[in-house]
This record gives sequence, structure tokens and C-alpha cells, in this order.
Amino acid sequence: MDIEISPADQPFADEVQAWLDEHLVGEFAAHRGVGGPDDSAAWDVRARWEKELAAGRWLGLTWPEEYGGRGATLAQAIIFEYLYARAQAPYRLNVQGQDLFGPTLLMFGTAGQKARFLPRILAAEEFWGQGFSEPDAGSDLASVRTQARLVKGNGEGGGTWVLDGQKIWMTFGASADWLYVLCRTDPQSSRHHGLSMLIVPAHQPGVHIRPIRNMLGEGAFCEVFFDGARTSADLVVGQPGQGWTVAMAALGVERGTLLMPQQLGFEREAEHVLELARERPGAAGLSHRLVDCWIAVRLMRVTTLRTIGELVAGRPPGAQAATSKLYASVQHQRLLELATELLAEDATVTGDNYALAPLQRAFLLSRAETIYGGSSQIQRNIIGERILGLPREPRPA
Amino acid sequence: MNFLRSDEQLELRSAVRDFLAAKSAEPEVRRLMATETGYDPAVWAQLSDQLGLPGMAIPEQYGGAGFGYTELGIVFEEMGRALLCAPYLSSVALAAEALLRCADEAARKDLLPGLAAGRTIGTLALLEQPGRWDEAAVQLRASRVQRAAEEGMGGPARGETGWVLDGSKRHVPDGHIADLIMVGARTPAGVGLFAVDGAAAGLTTTLVPTLDQTRKQAHLEFAGTPARLIGDAADGWPVIQDVLRTAAILLAAEQVGGASRAVEMAVSYAGLRVQFGRPVGSFQGIKHLCADLLTEAEAARSAAYYGLSALATGSADLPVAASLAKVYCSQAYTRIASDAIQVHGGIGFTWEHPAHLYFKRAKASESLFGTPSYHRDLLAAQLALPPAVSSVEV
Repeated sequence: MDIEISPADQPFADEVQAWLDEHLVGEFAAHRGVGGPDDSAAWDVRARWEKELAAGRWLGLTWPEEYGGRGATLAQAIIFEYLYARAQAPYRLNVQGQDLFGPTLLMFGTAGQKARFLPRILAAEEFWGQGFSEPDAGSDLASVRTQARLVKGNGEGGGTWVLDGQKIWMTFGASADWLYVLCRTDPQSSRHHGLSMLIVPAHQPGVHIRPIRNMLGEGAFCEVFFDGARTSADLVVGQPGQGWTVAMAALGVERGTLLMPQQLGFEREAEHVLELARERPGAAGLSHRLVDCWIAVRLMRVTTLRTIGELVAGRPPGAQAATSKLYASVQHQRLLELATELLAEDATVTGDNYALAPLQRAFLLSRAETIYGGSSQIQRNIIGERILGLPREPRPA
Repeated sequence: MNFLRSDEQLELRSAVRDFLAAKSAEPEVRRLMATETGYDPAVWAQLSDQLGLPGMAIPEQYGGAGFGYTELGIVFEEMGRALLCAPYLSSVALAAEALLRCADEAARKDLLPGLAAGRTIGTLALLEQPGRWDEAAVQLRASRVQRAAEEGMGGPARGETGWVLDGSKRHVPDGHIADLIMVGARTPAGVGLFAVDGAAAGLTTTLVPTLDQTRKQAHLEFAGTPARLIGDAADGWPVIQDVLRTAAILLAAEQVGGASRAVEMAVSYAGLRVQFGRPVGSFQGIKHLCADLLTEAEAARSAAYYGLSALATGSADLPVAASLAKVYCSQAYTRIASDAIQVHGGIGFTWEHPAHLYFKRAKASESLFGTPSYHRDLLAAQLALPPAVSSVEV
């Protein structure tokens, strides 16, 4: 079940495939299928791979050429992602820069900001971290308390923002060079008013980034402390006070294509689990559940292809675009629960130093999939209110 | 693979939806489900003559419109939404499909134009024991005899050798009104496909009261019933198997239509019904349930689209796609229709409210052409998984 490639795009597809054939070799080929949205495995190899991609100008394909993109069509970007995922090229590290902050800056940034930041994202020179969640602002993002005050000055940027507060759950924060941070810039404001999106250099005395060990024992997430951290007054995305709109745009960047590599990964995982089932005595009682998991994974792909078809045709994506994250995250957990049941005691032991087998890693990592990017409960609120038009929960006055 | 519906296909959808809104509103569904025939011949004539729906996917050379399975899927989905009471599934997905897929060109020429025009109502009689949609379960006997009298269906003339059927078929969709009954029967050579005139001698049809009153079933008794062999006496099963796969997918499209409508009904009610001073849909207990129903309906839509795409492209994946669609859409529809009742509370349990009509259609559709468990067994075999038997010895 493949994506459709138009005759006009066939040369482009051939170019992508030829490049992958030529460059996905050596240590990169040895790390096929490695990594995931919150999986820091094989970091150094993946960082080198990202440089390789940058040299081939395969990052930010749809971005304008002046910022290092190719001005490619959405259809071409989808072809690239599909062939990339099919080749099992390592999962890219700078998702924050390439897929979330970059597209947001293209929408809201000044010419100067775009010229300064976008080319370095596509050159894989600067990595980005997202500073949205706080200890007391998780699903309720509008409770953000991190403060930024503008200190007037005559310098190049016309002054300085000074930040105080704490952010949490910053994916790959320890490797970030720049942060985009949702701050309260009007101290009198509440909820989604008076917020601003600031661009903050990570490497400075006022920024302290501390990895949080996740349940795998790895430090993919970080917490970040701002203690008089500084950034130039002109490094605000959109207008001061417009931060909520900018943050929602960042979270709303179409993920139809982003799901594809993950889902092709799920399919390989499902194949692997079926393979195990064929070999293991005692799998017979699991046959119907295995079939259901296999069905779910196949349906994820169909659903993604439905969304892609609509996007390429320039139609607004249907309801399935809103339900796919909820569906995929829940079903993926179910697949891995079944895989570990199939492995029985083999799933209960690790290598030395808590070295985990791939299915064990996936099993543990999948716990986060129903939490990050909007928990399943928040997804259900969004589906209920924005797609089905059900009334909002009355908010406390 | 592209699952996008074209502008023309979307126009077809709204044309069919408008027609059914006018002709198959809830009072009409309730009126027809209480009748013995279970459909309105005038509406059937209109959907045949004005919209050409029975011949939608039949090639033009046999009197159809020559559209594909994608269009047919749209029609089934809309009929499922409206709970249309009509022998469309039996005529189109079973009888016409059997003729389209058989190797008997003469039979196609004789019998398809009537089905395409809606003048003939057809069905397929296969099931003999509950839940047994497999080849071994086909035991109704077909024997060669010297013809004593002229028979229908363009069969051999008086005095020539012909076939007669003896045995019974159960749960035949619309078997009580069918003019043309395609029958899977055991011949000395294997399983053959036969065509029987609905008015043939030695055929007794008994309407069976059904849980889902919007789709009728009949038990059929064959006693020396003359039948026309379609194709070869040994090659019927592969044809029937593909017909069942096709029908499972088209039924899946119908299930998606019904499921989507049930979600809409639940959501609409949740937005109107006020308790504790708020619409109940503002409570997460109800809102999240509705979100789950939509998620399930969208996954079911993907399952049906996957099946329709396998049909439209003539994919070798058809067996897998059909079982996948049957498993997923059956379960999704039943769950959605059931939870839609839950969202409605007490009113959803009443006869006057339409929620039970969808719930019963869902339940009856679940076993039609094989239960989800049966299709999981088929998929497990396709995926080379061990058969689902217990590993525990007692």
C-alpha cells in the first residue's frame, strides 16, 4: 500500500531514492529504524546523519529557497517522507526546529528572524527546544507563569527581555541551542492573555537545563530554569501579547506527514511481533488479538493516506486528521502490551546496565505517546469541542 | 494509494443522500419494516429509473452505468445512514456480483440487464448452518435430471438434461421477494453456482421474523427445484468466495454509514439534553465517549475505504481487505450504535426512538457473511499465525 506518485513528481522521487541509496550506508545503514519522537538512542550517529541530510538539502523541503529550502510542493515533501521512512533512515533529531518552530516562524516571524534562524535549522547547525509546559501548566497550558519583563535599552534590539521561571518536558533540551518559550509578558494578565513567544539562547548563565530521567533511565526530556535569563527585545515571535495564538499555531502545524515515519515503524514492529508469534508455542491463544493489532496498524496507514490525499488536493483535512493521534497512540500501546505478553518472561529481563531490547524500549516509550503532544484526554476534549461542536466545560470564573 | 473522493463522487453522495432523505425518512423506515415485503416497489422503481442505482457498477454492455466500486461504496454508505429498507444489498452485492464474477457469459447477458434495471430482484442463497460461510458447509444437493418441463432463467428446453436442487438454505437476505436466486450447491464435481427462478416449482420460501426488521430474511426449501447451472459444476466456490468478499466490503461501507449517523445522533442529543443545568455533552463523561465514537467511526471508514480500494483496483489483497473490513466495521458499528443508546439514556431504549433501529441493524450485520471471529480466523490464516485454539490441555 503505497502513496501515489504523479508522473510529474517521478523524477523527484527518483532523486530522493538515489540519494538515500547512496548516502544511507555505513554507520547510518547500521542504524536503520533507530530513534523516535522521544527516543534519544544513537544520538551522535543521528546528529551526523542530520548533517548529511542538510548537505543534501533534504531538510525543510517546502521552505522558500532563500532560507535553504527547495520551495517544494507538499506532494513532494510527502514523497520524501514516505521514501525516507520506507528506507528506515534514522529518526531526525531536530523535529522541534524543522517541524514545529520553523513553520511557525515562517508564519509569524520578521524577515530578520527568518533570515537569522531558518537557514541554520536547515543546515543542522542549531537545535531547538520547546518551552511550553511548566510544572503547573501541563494540559492546562494557559496557566503559564514563566515571566519575562522588557528592560528598555539602546542596544541593537532596542532592549532586553529578562526571564524568570521554569519549563519542563523539553524534548532533547540538553542539546538545544535555542529555545522558543511561552512567557507571561504582562504581569497583570491571566490565562491566554498577555503571553508572548520569545526566542531565547540556551547557552547563557541565566538558563539551567537539567535532564529528567525517563522510565527507560534515559534523559530525553529536560527541565529548564530561567533565572534572569536574557534575550534581545526583538526576539519575540509575532507581537508581544500574541503568544497564545503563536503557540496554538505551533501545536497546530499539520502532522499528517509527521505520522508517516512513525507508522511505517509501527508496521515493521507489528511484522516483528507476528514473526515472534509464528515461532512461539503458546501464541495460539493470542491469535485474534494479534490480528486486531495488525488491523489497527494497517488502518493507521490508511487514515494517514486519507489525510495526505486531502492535503495534496488542497482540501481541508477531514475528521480523521483529528482522531488519528488518539487512535494511533492507544493502539500502539496495545500492540506492545501484546508483544510483551508474547515474550512472557523474556520481556521481564534486561541486559547489563539496564540495556533494553528494541521491543522493550518501544513498550516503555509508548507510555508517553498518550501523554505528549496533547494527552488522550485533551485530544478527546479537542475532538468533542472542535470537531463535534459539543459545549465546553464551564470554566471557573 | 489514494482514498480521496473526487468532486463527481461527492456530488453522487449528495444526490443519493437527498433522494434518501426524501424517500427513506424514519416514518417510512418504520412503515416498511412492519410490512412483509419490506420495501416500497415505487421507491425501488425510482431509485432504479431516476438514479440507476442497481446498475451503478454493472458494465454498460449489460445495461448498467459502468461506475466502479468506489461509487458503489458511496451508495451503500448512504443507504446505511438512511437505513433504507430495500433489497439493494441482496440484488447488487450478491446476485449481480455472482454473475459478474462467474465465467458464464451467456448467463450474464441473460440475467444482468434485469438486475441492472431493477426489474429483477436477486439474492444469493448460501448459508445452511448458522455461522458457516465456508465451502464444506455447502451441502444442498444439485443433481442432473432429464427435464420434464420448460424452466425459467433461460435453461435447457424440454427433454434436455438439466439440474434440480434439493435441500434447504437459511437466512437468505430478501429471499422471500427475490425473482432470481443464485444458489451455491454441492454437485458431484464440487460446489456449483446455480440460478433459480423465484417462482420455480419445488421452491418454498418462508419469511423469518427478524431482530433487525429493516432487513428481511427467508428460509428456502428446494425440492426437485429446477435450476440453471452458471459456469462449471465444479468451479462455483471461487466465484462465491469472491462474491462474499465483495459483499462484506460493501456491507462494511453500509455499516460505516450507519455508524456515522449514530455518532451524529448521539452528539446532537448530547448538545441539547440539559442536566445539572448544563448540556450533558459538556461533561467529559459524555464528551469523551462521543470523541471515542468518532475515532472509532473514522477508523471504520478507513477499513471500508481500504476494502473498496482493493475492489476498485482488483488487488490480490482482496481476501485480507475483505476480512479486515468485515471485522472492524462490524465491531465498530455495534459498539457505536450501542454507545449511542447510552448517550441518549432512557429515551434511547424506547421503541419510539430510532437508536434501536441502528443498533439492531448493526447486530444483524455483524454475522452476515461471517462473524468477526470467523474473519479473524481467516486473517490469522492469511498472516500465517497459529490457529486460535487453546494451548492448555485439560
